[in-house]
Amino acid sequence: MLFAHGFGCDQNMWRHVWPAFAADHRIVLFDHVGAGESDLTAYEREKYGSLEGYATDILEICRELNVTDGVFVGHSVAAMMGVLAAAREPSRFAKLVLVGPSPRYVDDDGYVGGFTRDDIDGLLASLDSNYLGWSAATAPAIMGTPDRPELEQELTNSFCRTDPDIARHFAHVTFLSDNRGDLANVSVPTLILQCSNDVIAPTAVGRFVHREIPRSTFVQLRATGHCPNLSAPDETVEAIRSFL
Amino acid sequence: MTEAFDELTELYEDSPTGAISSLVDGTIVRVNRTILRWLGYARHEFLGRSLAEVLAPGDRIYYETHYAPLLQMQGEVRGVAVSLLRADGVRLPCMISSVLRPPAGDRPAVVWTTVFDATDRRKYEQELLRAREEARAAGERERALARALQQSLLPPEPPRIPGLDVGAAYHPVGQGLDVGGDFYDIFENRNGDWTIIIGDVAGKGAEAAGVTAIARYTARGAAVRRARPNHVLRAVNEAVLRDRSDRYCTMCCLMLRQRTGEDLDVTVSAGGHPLPLLVSSDGSIDAVGLGGTILGTFEDVDLHEIQVVLRPGDMLIARTDGITDGRRGDEFFGEERLIRASEELKGAPAAVVANELVRRVVEFQDGWPRDDIAVVVVRVPPR
Repeated sequence: MLFAHGFGCDQNMWRHVWPAFAADHRIVLFDHVGAGESDLTAYEREKYGSLEGYATDILEICRELNVTDGVFVGHSVAAMMGVLAAAREPSRFAKLVLVGPSPRYVDDDGYVGGFTRDDIDGLLASLDSNYLGWSAATAPAIMGTPDRPELEQELTNSFCRTDPDIARHFAHVTFLSDNRGDLANVSVPTLILQCSNDVIAPTAVGRFVHREIPRSTFVQLRATGHCPNLSAPDETVEAIRSFL
Repeated sequence: MTEAFDELTELYEDSPTGAISSLVDGTIVRVNRTILRWLGYARHEFLGRSLAEVLAPGDRIYYETHYAPLLQMQGEVRGVAVSLLRADGVRLPCMISSVLRPPAGDRPAVVWTTVFDATDRRKYEQELLRAREEARAAGERERALARALQQSLLPPEPPRIPGLDVGAAYHPVGQGLDVGGDFYDIFENRNGDWTIIIGDVAGKGAEAAGVTAIARYTARGAAVRRARPNHVLRAVNEAVLRDRSDRYCTMCCLMLRQRTGEDLDVTVSAGGHPLPLLVSSDGSIDAVGLGGTILGTFEDVDLHEIQVVLRPGDMLIARTDGITDGRRGDEFFGEERLIRASEELKGAPAAVVANELVRRVVEFQDGWPRDDIAVVVVRVPPR
């Protein structure tokens, strides 16, 4: 069972969810290249210039760990990475769980993603004025202690700490992506977990994903916001468990 | 007691900072008058909305992807810049901080958020950001200009000189983002002799590249008027001295004259520059010339012309200090390594020798040379 985090923070997003499945699954947690404790020198702008680059990494992890018939759980933008990975190598995953998925964030003709192009520029501006946990002073400490995670935990905001340039690029790639056409390529049973009042992935978008993925189940959560894995882990675990 | 309580209530309501209490799901359950005044809402209009809803759209994404998760994971988040949306749609730039108050008894968990009006601060920050962006762009332009200048100052391919084998190589400082002051030139004099100059202008960047241009064109002009190395170096000294910048340069000038038979007369003069190495076919390796004064600093310079003869199989290696000053930690590439490399490369074509020397020095510095490197090799082909 492989858990993929979305844009913003790192694998800690799953801290209240994965333990519930540890008894009957092999758990795979990872940080996308550019996030969390990943090797920042591996960040290539070209490769990670589209979600396909991230899907490639997910498949590489699967190959390395010999994952077949696994369960992919992806939050937010990672849901689409899972869609791309499952379409490329269907044998890797028996099931997909998409938490708050959106195949396109920006409105289009006849499609409401919830954001305008200006809104995305606003996000980039927001990233420019907020370097959470990142400064020239902390960066060496972050780079210098890859073997001592306990030291890093002490740094404030470490879970969502990202190199500002990478954060900008990832935001760009995420929020200007359009994967509507890829949804139909998913052939495995897929669970869509839809939050209430999710400004990032509104219910209409979750419904769209449900319509496009042939063998999908749509579950509306009571949890509000975009991160039920943190705000309502019990409800999230329950929904995943009954799907599996 | 009542008085104190009243004052506390007033402090909460009319505090210079805004205060918002919300449930963990973001639903706003309490708000102070300051916020209502700033944003232009009646209390009943504001309560029940979610925090994300009253943020500018771009900040909503930031809130949901960074702020809310961090608040859940570490219990507080401090000093984040966002904009709140006023009732009339106008944005109010703010700094917000939140603490998560865990549930106690029947009371659910609640998030306390304080809001500072940051309108002026944000304007200033944006000016700083803009200034930084402009500085970056200016730096980028200067580097591009310096690179273009430098490229134009290096002859792309050494000219063909009948009966001689000439090769040259150049590698910029670092990973080529900055531009050093090394240059060389190879040209024919009016009388059929050939001149080779190789030099190094102190410093880096566009200004150094400008001095490089002065040195090179002065050398060409001087050699045409009078084909003597000392004359060329004196002319360059004067030109660099007259130039308004306080840069100086070092330079080596070689004049080549082919004699009947296959021998080559070479006259060498160096102004503060590393001397060329003569690698003889008999196995000896010697520096050629006598050290002279750097150019562009003193009115009078001390220069010496020395003449040597290259026989078939001999080669002359003119270089800049980027070779021997190549450094790895405290260790220099040094004269020793240069001599050993020259021995090993003896007999190879001039272009191969030049390229291989540069390659070794760059490799010695793990691909990241501290200074730029230029080499010109002249060889009399063996009989």
